[in-house]
Amino acid sequence: MAFEKMELKDIEVWDGNRAAAQALRQAQVDVVAAYPITPSTPIVEGYAQFTADGYVEGEFVMVESEHAAMSACIGAAAAGGRVATATSSQGFALMVETLYQASGMRLPIVLNVVNRALAAPLNVNGDHSDMYLGRDSGWIQFDAYCPQEAYDLNLIAFKVSEDHDVRLPAMVNQDGFMTSHTAQGVHTLSDDAAYGFVGEFKPMNDMLDFEHPVTHGVQTEEDWHFEHKARQHNDLMTKVHPKINAAFAEFEKLTGRKYNLVEKYNMDDADVCVVCLGTSVETAREVALEMREQGIKAGVVGLRVIRPFPFMEVAEALKGIKAIAALDRSSPNGAAGMLFNEIAGSLFNTDTKALLSGYIYGLGGRDLTKAHLTALYKELQANVDAGKVTTPLQQFIGVRGPKLAYL
Amino acid sequence: MSEIKNIKNLKEFSTSADRFEGANLLCPGCAHSIIVREVLNATNDDMVLSASTGCLEVCTAVYPYTSWDASWIHIGFENSSTAVAGAETMHKVLKRKGRLKQPDRNPKFVSFAGDGASYDIGFQWISGCMERGHNIMHVVLDNEVYANTGGQRSSSTPIGSSATTSPAGKVSYGEKKNKKDLMGIMAAHGIPYAAQVSPNKWKDMVKKIQHGFSVEGPVFINAVSPCTTEWKFDPKDTMHLADLATDTLVFPLYEIIDGRELNITYRPKNVIPVEEYLAAQGRFKHLFKDEYKYLIKEWQERVDAQWAYLQRREESRV
Repeated sequence: MAFEKMELKDIEVWDGNRAAAQALRQAQVDVVAAYPITPSTPIVEGYAQFTADGYVEGEFVMVESEHAAMSACIGAAAAGGRVATATSSQGFALMVETLYQASGMRLPIVLNVVNRALAAPLNVNGDHSDMYLGRDSGWIQFDAYCPQEAYDLNLIAFKVSEDHDVRLPAMVNQDGFMTSHTAQGVHTLSDDAAYGFVGEFKPMNDMLDFEHPVTHGVQTEEDWHFEHKARQHNDLMTKVHPKINAAFAEFEKLTGRKYNLVEKYNMDDADVCVVCLGTSVETAREVALEMREQGIKAGVVGLRVIRPFPFMEVAEALKGIKAIAALDRSSPNGAAGMLFNEIAGSLFNTDTKALLSGYIYGLGGRDLTKAHLTALYKELQANVDAGKVTTPLQQFIGVRGPKLAYL
Repeated sequence: MSEIKNIKNLKEFSTSADRFEGANLLCPGCAHSIIVREVLNATNDDMVLSASTGCLEVCTAVYPYTSWDASWIHIGFENSSTAVAGAETMHKVLKRKGRLKQPDRNPKFVSFAGDGASYDIGFQWISGCMERGHNIMHVVLDNEVYANTGGQRSSSTPIGSSATTSPAGKVSYGEKKNKKDLMGIMAAHGIPYAAQVSPNKWKDMVKKIQHGFSVEGPVFINAVSPCTTEWKFDPKDTMHLADLATDTLVFPLYEIIDGRELNITYRPKNVIPVEEYLAAQGRFKHLFKDEYKYLIKEWQERVDAQWAYLQRREESRV
């Protein structure tokens, strides 16, 4: 059985889910094991339809839970082939045990995480609670801000994850509904060009090589566990960014689209900036441009790679900035916020004089409007003018009721 | 085609080259290793194996050692079946795509799990694998208790057994619930083959495993695994306990084909009273107090009723 190639227009109108599904097709994923959950379902439905229509030769396995989905992905990856899946929210939470097992066993798997809030209360809309839940799981984590990037980063994720020097699974995050269900023009690669970029899957320690039996998922106690975890961390800290940068460079050569570990926008001479993730980056860029017309030198820093966290690049991007807002789209539940903490960590011990404040926003899909960001930039400028943070360190944007502020 | 081993006698069987090394950390007298060897010895074909977290796993793959001379994977407690199902799916794809390194091989995909990992925490995963029709075999090493974690009750623990979370005490005779009928539940999936086996009846077991390897689709095997540590008997008596389990009919040996056709595969010439099975194990010791002797009678009645049911099922051919 051979598969049929698909003729794509140079620009297709795709939402983020369609873009991700098309990337899985073009990468000719061997096994997709998945369980449906809003808003990521159309990714795996897309792959299932491609299978039914003869556009892929791989297998789609519709399992009985997200835990089983990742379990089957791990078994398939250990067998020795290209593996991917998708999930969101509660499904991601159910998967967490196996996320650590996948990365600890050094298996390349691409997981599309279509970001959605975590219950309770139940909510199907986008925030970054699931993304944050996975941040210590040992996976590489990319973040797409729009359907184009969801498409591109999927292709890049396979290339990095499957590299024999890396052999770590990778997540591609995109905002639930705002990206996953919002159709935009997406520049495509031909099937041959996309597959050529991702490359053939090269197995390593594959269970299906019967001349070389392997044991996966051993027991290690106090005598060896630490060394295994330390080596995994070492590879995340030292090997992954160079491989991502190389993949970004190769992708730019192929498409003209340039990606960076940290995406800077109007940062060269900026006095104030926001640091955020997902679709908010694009909104912030629009507002930052408008702020310039009002005399506020505003910039935006978006993270393209959340794990391994680009400490040096964040510090470099924020060098010379006077006031920073860290925007966290997840309830920190008793702490300052992931981005707030990581940015503080990146800047501590540098000669920064920057004023850092944190904002919690957009939980459960609540909109972050241009008006919110305009007010925020003005607050940052007020901090700069006063020479100190004039507001509490942690504020909530867009929540009804009495104003919430802490620290 | 499958390559089936043709082994004539127990001596030949015990010395037959196998892919599970005796160098492992299982308790002396543990039936797990005997069952695993019997399963692996049933074929010369390559194997892709998995184990759920449990005694077998923690005792056979302690870094930097492994007891497995075959591809083997452990992920977690609940998902050994799904792990080999994923590998089996990948094999199907790579075969189709012409990417297998040894395309002429005919590997067997087998998952091992304890009763805790099969009757309880992995129940849904196994059910999913059976329903989806993967070409895998799931083998339960059924010692009727969470042995690896120190003897807690599972839904396979039988009535009257003293387990650490259902202990016998001044006012309790221990476990109050009957053992779950996992064979019946698995057969109800309509799978091509389900069978109960016991390590003492090795020819019966090998025949069933070989049949399991010869069919297309998921196979469920429930193997009784007498546990010297938690059942509390002398390690030298493992096979004696297995003999008592099969010959008292506490653990009857039978198979169910296509979810319907039931065949009893072993009929003891002399059926031993259940009391002897219970008396041989420390976990049932308290049942021999006067106030609990009625439970021994009930045990016998339950075993008789189960045997009668199996015979009626066999006779009716439905």
